[in-house]
Amino acid sequence: MLDHELVNQTLSVAMSTGGEFAEVFVEDKRSSSALLDDGRVEELTSGRDRGAGIRVVVGGSTGFAHTADLSESGLTSAARAAAAAARGAGQPGATIEVSAAQESRGNGVLIAPEDVAKATKVELLTVADAAARAEGGAISQVSVRYGDSRRRILVANSDGLLAEDDQVRTLFSVSCVATGDTGMQTGRESVGRTIGFELFDQTDVGEMAQQAARRAITKLSARPAPSGAMTVVVGPGGGGVLFHEACGHGLEADLVAKSASVFANRIGDQVASPLVTLIDDGTMAGEWGHFGIDDEGQPAGQNVLIEDGVLTDYMWDRLRARNESRTSSGNGRRQSYQHLPMVRMTNTYIGEGTDDPAEIVASTESGVYVAQLGGGQVNTATGDFVFGMTEAYLIENGEITAPIREGNLIGNGPEVLMGIDALGDDFAMGHPGMCGKDGQGVPVGDGTPTLRVKSLTVGGTAA
Amino acid sequence: MSDLLETAKRMADRAVEGEQVEVFIVRERDTEVRAYNGEVESLTASESQGIGVRVVKDHRQGFAYAGTLDESILTETLIEARDNAGFAQPDEFNGVAEPDGVDPADVDLYSSDLADLSTDDKVALAIELERATLAADTRIAGIESAEYVDSIYESAVATNTGIASFTRETGCYLSTYAMAEADGEVQTGFGFSVGRSPAVLDVAEAAESAALRATRLLGAVKAPTSRLTVVLDPWVTAQLLGIIGGTLTGDAVLKGRSMFADRMGELVAAPTITLLDDPTDEAAFTASTVDGEGLATRSTTLIGGGVVEAFLHNGYSGRRSGSASTGSAVRPGFKGASSVGAQALQLVPGSRSPADLIAEVDFGLLVQEVSGLHSGVNPVSGDFSTGAEGVMIRGGEMAEPIREVTIASTLQRLLQDVVDVGCDLEWLPMNAAGTTLVVADVTMSGS
Repeated sequence: MLDHELVNQTLSVAMSTGGEFAEVFVEDKRSSSALLDDGRVEELTSGRDRGAGIRVVVGGSTGFAHTADLSESGLTSAARAAAAAARGAGQPGATIEVSAAQESRGNGVLIAPEDVAKATKVELLTVADAAARAEGGAISQVSVRYGDSRRRILVANSDGLLAEDDQVRTLFSVSCVATGDTGMQTGRESVGRTIGFELFDQTDVGEMAQQAARRAITKLSARPAPSGAMTVVVGPGGGGVLFHEACGHGLEADLVAKSASVFANRIGDQVASPLVTLIDDGTMAGEWGHFGIDDEGQPAGQNVLIEDGVLTDYMWDRLRARNESRTSSGNGRRQSYQHLPMVRMTNTYIGEGTDDPAEIVASTESGVYVAQLGGGQVNTATGDFVFGMTEAYLIENGEITAPIREGNLIGNGPEVLMGIDALGDDFAMGHPGMCGKDGQGVPVGDGTPTLRVKSLTVGGTAA
Repeated sequence: MSDLLETAKRMADRAVEGEQVEVFIVRERDTEVRAYNGEVESLTASESQGIGVRVVKDHRQGFAYAGTLDESILTETLIEARDNAGFAQPDEFNGVAEPDGVDPADVDLYSSDLADLSTDDKVALAIELERATLAADTRIAGIESAEYVDSIYESAVATNTGIASFTRETGCYLSTYAMAEADGEVQTGFGFSVGRSPAVLDVAEAAESAALRATRLLGAVKAPTSRLTVVLDPWVTAQLLGIIGGTLTGDAVLKGRSMFADRMGELVAAPTITLLDDPTDEAAFTASTVDGEGLATRSTTLIGGGVVEAFLHNGYSGRRSGSASTGSAVRPGFKGASSVGAQALQLVPGSRSPADLIAEVDFGLLVQEVSGLHSGVNPVSGDFSTGAEGVMIRGGEMAEPIREVTIASTLQRLLQDVVDVGCDLEWLPMNAAGTTLVVADVTMSGS
């Protein structure tokens, strides 16, 4: 992506004022998307983003600058700006020699989205629209979105590292509105994978549309959600968001280092029910949070964070790992070349349990069954977190009964983790997510089997 | 003329027979300084620019963008937008804007003070903010983040139909996130100070607000489920207004996603509610004189005395609804075509102070922070449920702090259940101003 001599030269300029560490991150991203809304293919969008971000570390300070100009002069001036921002002491650093690039890995993409005709992508939208509307007259509005991206990155640093990756992602989503006597309700279904257009050999967009439409129609007859503390069963794939919020963010080393996490200083402690083994795994080929190297050049890792309920490790990026004299766990990610990397999750999941999912529900006297979760949010310093339920039902006398309206559930991470008392044998990955932290969004995946939490507070309006 | 506008005009003039071309160009210079332990944790100096091109031909629309103004890529972008238009379906209301005779408001949103501020001074502000936050209360045990952020923003819109607009704006803010600790328990609180120029930033105000918010939650407990009156902090109200603003757009109305679609002229809120979108208000952090399609922005009264008076429109929704653009085209930067949105929402303030309003509440909750607005509020159905923390109000007095509860209602009911609007008006780094709001009959879910 960039001449090695130019990389060396840029790093040398970045180190010229006494930097202890410097890094060049080059990104070239092409995206395309198509939107159908209100019965019509509304618009196709294509985009190109290309540039480099340069950071220089001196002591505890990081200087960062970026440029869309990848010429020698553009890179030199960004390297100078980053060096000045890091406020080094002024002694020139050594000349940098990056190693030969690690061999570029095949990224496993079978059908590059850029080779697929736009008309073929548009066809998917109209198929999904028709399928959603065929679910009945209650469906009053449908929007369908297709998106793909190819992100090529190069990372080089003053330790001599030089690594490249080629990341292709494809995404499809359907959102429906159903209208009835009770007003409007919405239903959504989405699929996203780190693969090419072969996604649609595995995915029937018509079925996705039907699923989204049925969710909206079902909710027309939904009751107001209950309010107060109760037992909650989360269906397969759905619970990933719960763990992402209940403990995932709290295990990010940057927050831990500032004591802004309830999980700081708790390595080796029993922090969850013995049923829980939590893994963050960027190596899961094809999953939404997968990549070859992270945005600091570290190969993706499979990291066990909680084993049988015991906290074993945090997630690390290069900066935080360096402070602790250890290696990064491959969790240094950034939204784009315009952003500094920080500790982020990849694909975060709970290993399978042994319980029969049907038995988990049957043995629950009363509570709520959450089939599909929305996003969530956590305050890592207090551990309090929320997540939304976008498809949920009451559990009455061990049976799933009436649908309930949308709302948030709230709990405290450490308490909820200890309160998991059943784990199914039906592991599934959840929906593709965009995780936001400090204003940066990155794609993340998650997965869980069916699980039961003894007590969570359901934020409805019904007594 | 600005170099951005020149480039935009030159690109728009490359339209061929029978097509409309709109070119949007933005250039932004940002600085972000984060302080930690009395030093710079990170200093980001960024300069970015990009272009978004929309082509409309035979009523079909295509869009393309690029994060560079490199000449070869500009051409590639125009060709790609043109190609994309061929694959969309025709809509007779598609089109780029045309001059509508409204002049941009005569306000100055650019502060040369900011442009001239040295990096050292910015660093000093961030470090002072961290110091002041830590010093604001002995129980402040740490800082999650303390930062100074500024932006110098310029954008141009040109079309081959006669639009040639340019705007430049500055903005800066201080933001601090404090952790208070007592008896092994940690609570958090943030503080802001926003402005167009660094001269108006108030370190003490941001630091004290963060410390107050964090320390007053110490000892917070879960509360039993109940129905009560909530007093929404300005920060919470601003977020609520942002969601309500989204339901009052022409796009949501025309596409059957607004609960207010058939309510024009009807009473949908308490008569104390008058909601404006006024991007020409200089005090608004998100003020702008030009919208995303290059038309002058203007003030629109969306709800007057509780009655729906207007919806916001861009060119498309204006034409399709048989009215006209209200100068409310908004863009997600250069990476997308414009949609319709609110730019600077504000409630017309009432007459009483937050303290007076609280004194009248017999049993309620002062909500200082909400969480999960994106996951628990559905702007189509109106279902509203968020995590909340704050302080109980008993007999008009602030009582025990509360955490790990939710508050729930529907957007429709919340608007009607508003009891009073405070006399305060606080601008925040977002598209709405905050005002204290008292709402009756909300469900608080707890233990």
